[in-house]
Amino acid sequence: MEGHLNLTLKIWRQKNASVAGKFETYQVSGISTDMSFLEMIDVLNNRLIEEGDDPVAFDHDCREGICGMCSMYINGRPHGPNRGVTTCQLHMRSFQDGETITVEPWRASAFPVIKDLVVNRSAFDRIIAAGGFVSVNTGNAQDANSLPIPKDNADEAFAAAACIGCGACVAACKNASAMLFTSAKVSQLALLPQGQVEAATRAQAMVAQMDEEGFGACSNTGACEAECPKGISIENIARMNREYFSATFSSK
Amino acid sequence: MAWLAKSLNSSLGKKLLMAITGLFLISFLLVHCSLNALIFLNDGGAAFNEGAEFMGKNPVIRTMEIVLFAGLLLHIFDGLRLWFENKSKRPVAYAKVDGAANSKWYSRSMGLLGTLLLLFLILHLKHFWYFSRLTEGLEDHTLYAEMQSVFTNPVVVIVYVFGCISLGYHLLHGFQSAFQSIGWNHPKYTPTIKTIGAIFSIVIPAVFAAMPVAFYFHLIQ
Repeated sequence: MEGHLNLTLKIWRQKNASVAGKFETYQVSGISTDMSFLEMIDVLNNRLIEEGDDPVAFDHDCREGICGMCSMYINGRPHGPNRGVTTCQLHMRSFQDGETITVEPWRASAFPVIKDLVVNRSAFDRIIAAGGFVSVNTGNAQDANSLPIPKDNADEAFAAAACIGCGACVAACKNASAMLFTSAKVSQLALLPQGQVEAATRAQAMVAQMDEEGFGACSNTGACEAECPKGISIENIARMNREYFSATFSSK
Repeated sequence: MAWLAKSLNSSLGKKLLMAITGLFLISFLLVHCSLNALIFLNDGGAAFNEGAEFMGKNPVIRTMEIVLFAGLLLHIFDGLRLWFENKSKRPVAYAKVDGAANSKWYSRSMGLLGTLLLLFLILHLKHFWYFSRLTEGLEDHTLYAEMQSVFTNPVVVIVYVFGCISLGYHLLHGFQSAFQSIGWNHPKYTPTIKTIGAIFSIVIPAVFAAMPVAFYFHLIQ
């Protein structure tokens, strides 16, 4: 059932990475409860453009919950009040009429603000480039089941591979730690035979890159797992710890 | 050994160090609590004093005491280092944080709880470790008698009870967290570890807190 909301928005505005930002307050009215959060920002931006103001910059791409671009920290939580969704899948029915909504960018020194709500998440790409791949000649597609992989392992690897690299784990973590992301990328390969070849060097290289990018350490609060739109488990972090420490002692 | 230093200086390594020293300190708590619980025999401290004397004279225990202090200092140093480093990773703070939506407050407050414990520990060591190790053991003034006299002060009793509450919350997160940091997260064992951790975090601090309270209210003579 469609309703309409009048809302107060407190949105972080920042010209670029080198200047300090501040909150601006906007009123929006007649917002349909069927709109997504991004569509609500679109409505605001239309108005700002018509009034000759600078629209609010924010990242978005697929708008169907699979690309991981829509990084917004809404009312104290990554992607807003609902669990298991990205901002584009957050609908305005999750808010009350007359509510004040605070919208901030991901805040981490490893994710510098480009503009307003847009942050640079290239640090994630560099972690992947450090070791999140298999350098084997894959050739043509193999016959089904020619590589025997236990169903449980395949399932766990797929669950880890569901990570969309959105950065909500970093945003939610009090230490701005990228452990959940990195551990998912380590796990999706560590669980499969193709990933075994480079298992030791992969964990070491990816953790070293993660530290170099300036992400924090893990306090095991579990906030990342709770806020992850893809439900990535912190069991992956324990697996990365095992991979890393066994590599410490066994690598040459 | 550069490889080991490098590994222990990584974000994962620092947590491994926290976990190992933390579990070691947990094992100490069990010994400390069991021995001190002898006061509840209400035998005028006879059994307790005998235990205390053994702990003070036995060369193996005295050696372990040095290891214990080393472990404690490492835990404190590593913890403070992690706390300051982690804080620096988010230079611009969020205006609004709904932490309760995704995690327990004590899991986010280990630095604060640990600092409270450190302050308590300084007082505690001054009260009893200094007395029993660095002053001449007096024939007519035993460690038990010292406990009796220290716990006549209501402020001290309250500080000790708050120290035990801090310890309880610190353990409630730390016990199970240590296993995760080591990499021991397994559907077969983790639920058991969490249950044992919760029981340990309640029982040990409760028994400790009962000691000053029992002395203050003359429940034991």
